[in-house]
Amino acid sequence: MEIILALAIGILFASGVWLVLRPRSFQVITGLLLLSYAVNLFIFITGRISLNKPPLTLDETALDPALYADPLPQALVLTAIVIGFATTALYLVVLLGSRGLTGTDHVDGKEKETDE
Amino acid sequence: MTSMLSEILVLPILLPLLTGAVLVLVNERHHQLKYVLNQLSTLLLLVLACWLLIVTDGPATGDDLLVYLAANWVAPFGIVLVGDRLASLFLVLAALLANCALLFSYSRWAKLGVHFHTLFQLLLMGINGAVLTGDLFNLFVFFEVMLAASYGLLLHGYNITRIRAGMQYIVVNLIASVFFLLGIALVYAATGSLNFADLARLIPELAPAQRQLMHTGAAILAVAFLTKSAMWPLGFWLPTTYSAASPPVTAMLVLLTKIGVYVVLRLNYLWFGDTAGSSAGFGNTMLLYGGLLTLAFGAIGLLASQDPGRIASYSAVISSGILLALIGLGQDLTLSAMLFYLLSSTLAVAAFVLLTELIERIYTPTDSVLALSMEFFALDGEKKESAGVVIPAAMAFLGLAFAACALIMAGLPPLSGFIAKFSILHQLLQTPMHASSWVFLLLLFVAGLTAIISLMRFGVRSFWTAHSAQSPRLKFSEVSPVLLLLLVCINMAIFAGPLSGLLERVADDLVQTSRYIEQVLQTVAVNREGQ
Repeated sequence: MEIILALAIGILFASGVWLVLRPRSFQVITGLLLLSYAVNLFIFITGRISLNKPPLTLDETALDPALYADPLPQALVLTAIVIGFATTALYLVVLLGSRGLTGTDHVDGKEKETDE
Repeated sequence: MTSMLSEILVLPILLPLLTGAVLVLVNERHHQLKYVLNQLSTLLLLVLACWLLIVTDGPATGDDLLVYLAANWVAPFGIVLVGDRLASLFLVLAALLANCALLFSYSRWAKLGVHFHTLFQLLLMGINGAVLTGDLFNLFVFFEVMLAASYGLLLHGYNITRIRAGMQYIVVNLIASVFFLLGIALVYAATGSLNFADLARLIPELAPAQRQLMHTGAAILAVAFLTKSAMWPLGFWLPTTYSAASPPVTAMLVLLTKIGVYVVLRLNYLWFGDTAGSSAGFGNTMLLYGGLLTLAFGAIGLLASQDPGRIASYSAVISSGILLALIGLGQDLTLSAMLFYLLSSTLAVAAFVLLTELIERIYTPTDSVLALSMEFFALDGEKKESAGVVIPAAMAFLGLAFAACALIMAGLPPLSGFIAKFSILHQLLQTPMHASSWVFLLLLFVAGLTAIISLMRFGVRSFWTAHSAQSPRLKFSEVSPVLLLLLVCINMAIFAGPLSGLLERVADDLVQTSRYIEQVLQTVAVNREGQ
C-alpha cells in the first residue's frame, strides 16, 4: 500500500515538474494541477494510512485513538484543494488574457524561432 | 491576558475583509465613494495597529502578549492569533505603507480598472493575517489570500507587460505554495502539531528520526518563504514583476518581500533558537550564504540597471539579502539594528517607487503614461485630466525628494539609512567576527557603493540632462504620500533613540522564546457563563 501511494505521488510530482518546465502555458497549467494533486495526496497520507476507520466519533465511551483515522490531514487537504483550485482557476484567466493579448500561448508571451 | 483586549487582535483581519466585501457592492462609477471608504478603513487600520503596538509594548500589560483563541478552543487544538511587539510593528508598517500607496493611487491608478479597492483591502487582510497568526496552516491560508490579491493587483491596469510579468509571478508563487503545503505536511508528520508555540515546545524533545523529518519539512517551508523574500536563486521573478506593476501596487509588493522575511525571522527564532536542543541554529548557514549571494546579486543587478523600476527592484533585493544574511549570522545583538534597517529600507524603497513615476513625467508631461493601459481598458466616460490640486515648484520637490530617497537607500548620512547601516556595523563588530561576517561587511559597503553609483547616474540623467525643461504637473495627492514616507524616515533618524529602545524590546521578545511559548499554550478559554 505504501509503495503504491509513494509511486503514485512520485510519478504525479515528476510529471508535474516536467510539464511546468515546458514552454506552452497550457502545459504549465496541467503541470500545476498534477503538482497540486500530488501534494494533496501527500498531505492526506501524513495522517498515516488507515483503512475503514472513521475520523470522528460521537460515542464518548470508546476513545481509543488507534481506532480512528487522523481527522486533521483530511481537514487540511480539503482546504488545500479549495485554495489550489481557486488559484489555478485564476491562473487560467490570466493565461486566456495573455493568449488574447499576445496571440501566442508561449509562457514568455512571444514566440521564439527555436521552439518546437 | 484579559480576554477583552485580545479580542482586538481579530479586528485587523476582519476590518479589511468587511471593507473589501462592502466595496464589491459599490458600483465602479462611484469612484470617489469607493476611494473614501477604502481610505477611511485603511486609516482606521493604522490607528488600530498603533494602538496594538502601544498595548503590546505598554507597561499596563507587562510582558504579556495578546492571544486570541478563535472559537474559544485552547492553543494547540484551535486556531490562535498572537499579537506581540514584532507583529504589531509589522502591522503598523503595513498600514502606513498602505495608506500612502492608496493616497497615491487616488488621482489616476485606482481608476484604471475594476475592483482595485476590493483587492487592496483583501491584500491588507492577507498581510495582517499572516503577521498575526500563530498557526502554520493559517499562515498558508493568509499567504494565499495575500498572493491571490497581489495577482489581481499586479494585473491592475491590464497591459501586455503586466500580463507577461503576471504569468511568471503567478506560476512561481503557485509552485512556492506547493512547497509550502509539502513543508506543512512534513512538519505535521514529524510532530503532530501545527501551532508555532506547540512546535517550539516539541522540537527540543524530538527523536532523531522525527527530527530529520522536521528539518526536511522546515527546509521545504523555507523554500516557500525565501521565494517570497526573493533570496537568490529563488528571486528572479522580482525585478520583472516590480517594474511591470503600477507604482502603488509595487509599493505594496515591496512590503510583501518583508512579510517573507518576517516569517523566516519568527520561525527561525522560535523553532531553531538557542533553546531548540540539537536543532539550534538549523538552517542558519544556508540563510547566511543565501543572504550573501542575494546581496551580491542585488549589488551587481543594481549597477547594471538604468530603468527606475529595476533600480527599485534591485534595492529591494539588496535589502532582503542584508536581512537574510543578518538572520543567518544568528547574532542576537544585531537584531534591533536589523529591524531598524528593515523599516527604513522598506519605507525608502516604497517612496522611491512612487517618486519615480512622478519623475518619469518630466519626459512625458501629459497623461500619456496611461496610454498603454487605457488602450486595453476602455474608460471613455472618464475625463482625461485627473482630479486634485496641482502643487507649485514641482521640479524642486522632485529633486529634493529624490536626493532624500537616494541618501536613505545608499545609507549615507544624515538620514535613517545611515543610522541603520551604522548600527548594524556597530553591533556586528561587538560580536565575535568570523570570515563570513567580514565578507558580509565588505558586501554591505559594496552594495552601498553600487547604490550610490546607480542612483547618481539616474539622478543626473533625470534632472540635469532633461530634454524638456518643462516642469511636470504633480497633484497634491501624489506628492503627499512620498513626502509622508520620507518624513517618517527623517523622523526615524531624529527619534532613533526611542525607536531603538522599542526595537530592543522587540528583539528581546524574539530571543526569549519561552515567554511566547508559555503564554500561547497557557491561555485559557473564556468561561461561557462569564464567571
